[in-house]
Amino acid sequence: MYAQMVKSTGQGVKSLDEMDPQERAFQERINAGDKIEPKDWMPAGYRKTLIRQIGQHAHSEIVGQLPEGNWITRAPTLERKAILLAKVQDEAGHGLYLYCAAETLGVTRDELTEMLLDGRMKYSSIFNYPTLTWADMGAVGWLVDGAAIMNQVPLQRTSYGPYARAMVRICKEESFHQRQGFDIMMKMANGTTAQKRMAQDALNRFWGPSLMMFGPSDGDSVHSAQSMAWKIKMNGNDELRQLFVDQTAPQAEYLGLTIPDETLNWNDEKGGYDFAQPDWDEFFDVLKGNGPEAANRMEARNKAWDDGAWVRDGMMAHADKKRAAKLAAE
Amino acid sequence: MTKQEWPLWEIFIRGAHGLSHRHVGSLHAPDAEMAIKNARDVYTRRKEGVSIWAVESSAIVASSPEDKGHLYDPADDKVYRHPTFFDIPDDVGAM
Repeated sequence: MYAQMVKSTGQGVKSLDEMDPQERAFQERINAGDKIEPKDWMPAGYRKTLIRQIGQHAHSEIVGQLPEGNWITRAPTLERKAILLAKVQDEAGHGLYLYCAAETLGVTRDELTEMLLDGRMKYSSIFNYPTLTWADMGAVGWLVDGAAIMNQVPLQRTSYGPYARAMVRICKEESFHQRQGFDIMMKMANGTTAQKRMAQDALNRFWGPSLMMFGPSDGDSVHSAQSMAWKIKMNGNDELRQLFVDQTAPQAEYLGLTIPDETLNWNDEKGGYDFAQPDWDEFFDVLKGNGPEAANRMEARNKAWDDGAWVRDGMMAHADKKRAAKLAAE
Repeated sequence: MTKQEWPLWEIFIRGAHGLSHRHVGSLHAPDAEMAIKNARDVYTRRKEGVSIWAVESSAIVASSPEDKGHLYDPADDKVYRHPTFFDIPDDVGAM
């Protein structure tokens, strides 16, 4: 998931009886499957939690361009380069759809950007890991986009209209991302011994961080419970992680690669795989900003924002001048 | 640091020849020309459209949710506006 550990009100879910009439009417609309639109009344907590979640999701798409952008100039063929370029451009587009959805809640795009740049808002932990070889482009598409899809598909039914509509567009494009990743993995896994070793190494490094994308077990988190009552979180973290493992394990087998988990085993009784939890200490450390690439990612985003300031200002000045000239001519 | 944020534009796309333009989302651009260019990059990367409209968001007038009642209620008791209100005998044939 591109939004992890999003805090909600932290006050637990109110029963319908505890709500005032306005809030009860709102909750009843959600229970009935209605979509909430920007101008509708909504509880302050709903608005705030959504801004946090959609904002974090958007930031993840934007920062997520960096690990893959890293390989555009070194893609092995012109075709691979064109494909990767298209994929990274899509991520920029996904970020834009999501920022637009967040803006309908009353926050501006510049405010969201500034909150990312000064560390008040987060992006997904996964993008703090380095992409060391070309095989990592395969692993990122296959595993990282695969994990994102698990979460984004149900979010197409989320209660907030603009968010749900952004998700529909994103899901249409995301499937290309995962398949292009798997295509790279197939090529590498069936290549020379060195290529196969690179593919296995990429899987080894991205497996744990991919499982972490879903976030730690919800347990009795009041934040998750509230978000689920509002239908801005559709499934539990463990549930989605299980789905991801069940989908991915046979794909790894097809590739002839080994998932780095000795305990991974099909469990007939539960109809799913048993698997080991990732290193949650590492996850919390990365979330705190100590990921291997965290400093580089923030530096790159800050540099892009600062270096682009004169372009943003210049274009606005030009537009103002043209508008003034047009008015004068009328 | 930029002080003046680029204005927000609502983007409408004609999906195919013969269809009407449909709202697809919004974006920021300094002027109308750039709004069209950005819309091309953001919303038609996979041939989703044959024509683009860009309208500054601030120029859009919308009904408010509270109007729901008195704007639409008058239609509630006028079922005779629908063709299915009238029973036409089968003998008459298609109508």
